[in-house]
Amino acid sequence: MSTVAGAVAQVATAGAQVVAVGIGGPVLVGAMRKVRCRIEGRVGPPIGQPLRDLRKLFAKQRMQPDRSSWVFAAGPVVLVATAVVIAAIAPLATDGPPLGRTTDFFAVVFVLLLGSVFLALAALDTGTPFGGMGSSRAMTIGALAEPALLVALLAMSIPVRTSNLPVLVRSGLDHPQLIASPERILALVSFLVVILAESGRLPVDNPETHLELTMIHEAMVLEYSGPDLALVTLGASMRLTILLGLLVNLLAPWGIADRPGAAAFAVGLAALALKVAVAGIAIATFEVFTAKLRLFRLPELLAGAFVLAVVAAVTALVVR
Amino acid sequence: MSDLSLVITAAAGCVAAAAGGALPARTRVPVAVLLTWVACGAGLVGAVVVLRTGHPLVLSTTRVLPLTGATLVLRPLGAVFVVVTAVVAVAASLSWLGYAGHGLSTRTASATVPIFVTSMLLVPAAGSVATFVWLWELMAIASLVLVLADQRTREQTRSAAQWYAVMTHAGAAAILLALVLVSGHAGGQTFAAIRVHAAHLPGAVRSAAFLLAVVGFGSKAGAVPLHVWLPKAHPEAPGPVSALMSGAMVNLGIYGIVLVGDQLLGGGPAWWWLVVSALGVVSALFGALHAATSTDLKRLLAYSTTDSMGLVLIGVGASGLFASTGHPAVAAIALVSALLLVVNHAAYKGSLFLSAGSVQMATGTRDLDQLGGLMRSMPVTGGVFVIGGLAIAALPPLNGFVGEWLLFQSLLHGLPTSSTAVAIAVPLGVGALALTGGLTAAAFVKAIGVGFLGRPRSPGAAAAREVPHTMQAGAGLLAAACVVLGVVPMVVLPALERAVAQVVADAPARGVTSSVDLRLHGLRGELAPGLLAVGLALSVVVVLGFRRLAERRFYLRLPVRRAEPWGCGRELQTARMQYTATSFAEPLQQVFDDVLRPDRDLTVSHLAESRYYTEKIAVRTSIDDVIERDLYRPAISAVYGWGRWAARLQNGSVHRYLAYGLVALVVILVVIV
Repeated sequence: MSTVAGAVAQVATAGAQVVAVGIGGPVLVGAMRKVRCRIEGRVGPPIGQPLRDLRKLFAKQRMQPDRSSWVFAAGPVVLVATAVVIAAIAPLATDGPPLGRTTDFFAVVFVLLLGSVFLALAALDTGTPFGGMGSSRAMTIGALAEPALLVALLAMSIPVRTSNLPVLVRSGLDHPQLIASPERILALVSFLVVILAESGRLPVDNPETHLELTMIHEAMVLEYSGPDLALVTLGASMRLTILLGLLVNLLAPWGIADRPGAAAFAVGLAALALKVAVAGIAIATFEVFTAKLRLFRLPELLAGAFVLAVVAAVTALVVR
Repeated sequence: MSDLSLVITAAAGCVAAAAGGALPARTRVPVAVLLTWVACGAGLVGAVVVLRTGHPLVLSTTRVLPLTGATLVLRPLGAVFVVVTAVVAVAASLSWLGYAGHGLSTRTASATVPIFVTSMLLVPAAGSVATFVWLWELMAIASLVLVLADQRTREQTRSAAQWYAVMTHAGAAAILLALVLVSGHAGGQTFAAIRVHAAHLPGAVRSAAFLLAVVGFGSKAGAVPLHVWLPKAHPEAPGPVSALMSGAMVNLGIYGIVLVGDQLLGGGPAWWWLVVSALGVVSALFGALHAATSTDLKRLLAYSTTDSMGLVLIGVGASGLFASTGHPAVAAIALVSALLLVVNHAAYKGSLFLSAGSVQMATGTRDLDQLGGLMRSMPVTGGVFVIGGLAIAALPPLNGFVGEWLLFQSLLHGLPTSSTAVAIAVPLGVGALALTGGLTAAAFVKAIGVGFLGRPRSPGAAAAREVPHTMQAGAGLLAAACVVLGVVPMVVLPALERAVAQVVADAPARGVTSSVDLRLHGLRGELAPGLLAVGLALSVVVVLGFRRLAERRFYLRLPVRRAEPWGCGRELQTARMQYTATSFAEPLQQVFDDVLRPDRDLTVSHLAESRYYTEKIAVRTSIDDVIERDLYRPAISAVYGWGRWAARLQNGSVHRYLAYGLVALVVILVVIV
């Protein structure tokens, strides 16, 4: 009986996290837009606007370019599916997510990469110059961001001798001095740069641009419309939320549910929403005062992140 | 029964070769393929028995090779490679059945393929220096013949074969030297005798033998800077042959390094393994970078072979390093990850080379810039290539991911923290590993996206038809292996652990627990690839269901509309407007300009009437292998120069030759007196 109850609780936890990320993602994007508009002196659309946009997009007919194959149709589905898997098993609202013992940081990174790769393939499937342009740029940035990401991951894993995500999050709760350690801080800065690059925020990519030649993510998804576009925007906002959720939980795990039970979980969800909102607002504020970097200046930014991560890892190894 | 399996393998191989050489054109390929399967099946049975029981298979006869006799001892480590070779060979020969209408059906080719396969099956079973060297040489020569099988009149093919012949024989010479060095000092030429005496050899001899072996076997495995033959020979060989060479033969280079380093010499100092790891890092990065910028489909695959073997070498080096610093458990995990990467490499690279061969047959070109849109005309080949490409990019739920996860875990857990140099080297190594992974993903997004998606860029690609069923089946078999190994790696991990337990001293019997998930024994690291796959599949279903519900909730469901893509208001878009492989790789090429050093040629011609208007702009970019250009070409021209200088001694004049004789006589007399 208890195993059945346990399984139900696990499924409920996973479902709740997925729903929270699924609804919270668009709201986060709306909030970031609002903050940006306010600082720039405009009123801006309501925070719930992205959700309404999704509703409108789902009400449209699906369209596909001539002579494209199943890959084009699969792109948005895989993008959202990978985000759903990670939202279900990542330590977002609770440090004991379903299958938590197997939630490896390395696995999370590569599952999310699967979504990006499918989107890049779908962009090439459109047979248009813009699709190829976005795909090429996104894969270049992805390849250059990968070293910083994995070395930052290594640096955070060395002190706790594991790359298991729930354990990493819990280590901050149990030993707060770990969070203040130089290796964790340097690694998190590097991780933040990678998040900005991977989720197409300034200074890497401008999500608000309307000029095709400067686009990266937007150029890849230019051919999507209706329900497919809804899935792409939903998937992108979910990924941003998940990555920011992991960042804030590694930086400030307090509030996360550290014991089973609905009450603790609810508190965990509220804490997650608050922390992610703060992070999102901070990023939006930063974006107001930042210009987009030229594509060929990006390697310098990502190399900088890589150097920080290496310093973090070396520190972690030498200090121990 | 199992004792006889190696005899059956050898006998079936010989009969297959004879049949392939003697039978008439219509029957020779099917008969040779069937007999090759018998050889593979027998080898597979023997190898599986060895892996299950852990007891070696021993076979010794004095009748086969004069003076030394032949000794075959199949140990679990070798058995892993026999299984890999057998599976790749079955798939490749299945594909050969379909390919035979288009080449590779001459007497020579039909007789050589079985010899090549059989020699590869027996190399890991060799139990003495003489047997090993004979089989190794047989394998090298058979593969050389096969590289030339299809288009021996083409200039490029001949040059590729020349490079391959020189590199493989230079490698074989180094291997021979290494083995003779240890067997001479050990006073016996069987591997068992060498193993007993290896510990008493002088350190300098051991190190020299190991380094020679690394050079020799490294050239077979395509390690930088000995890789130059690989991007030449793999593309020129017919599809099934390049699958055999890349999926099975290069692996034996790794086998050789583990055999000499761990089994014969019984491990060594840390610096040996740092050399191996450094070789691995350089190979992985260099291979991945060239794969990301190649525009020839098979050249791209060849460079990615260098990259994959680099990762394996990192695993082998890490294993030796951890063993020499007293971490046998982590050393075992590192070697398991290296072997798993070998198994994975065979599965994905075999399927990729077979489907690349299909593409070449269907379209008549390997140039990615001429391909496109094949997913619609060749759905099976395209699907296989997608699976192989995603697997090699280490994406879950496919097999490459599990191997790289294990490698990462072994690096994370095995870090010896006493040495600052190692503390700096390891994060940089992980960074190189990650950059390799990112570049590989870019390379295969390019290969899949430009080759199979979008619109056809040439009439050949537009007219492509799906290849014969046997070719689809051969590539599909290996793609299925990629999926199975990715979802349930437990089917091979116990066997790999048994092989590793006999190589790494004091390794725990079980390093990676294998039930539903992979759990590192005594360390905190866990992964459930099967559950991850189920979760992904479930999520796809959830997303599809959600989309359907949302659509029905808000609107009447209409069929998907097909429309012309957006072209900034232009009515007509042509296939020439698409990104090509060259343009896709352009940003990466610019970023890594200093390493790749491409030749760029820009010509602008102006209209005769006014220099302010351009008539035509031509850009030509080519990326040569820097190592070939800056290391091998100067060496080759130096040798040529020396040859020309030496030729001046021989001008054909009898008087001069008499003078040489006199001088030589005087010198000898002076020396003697």
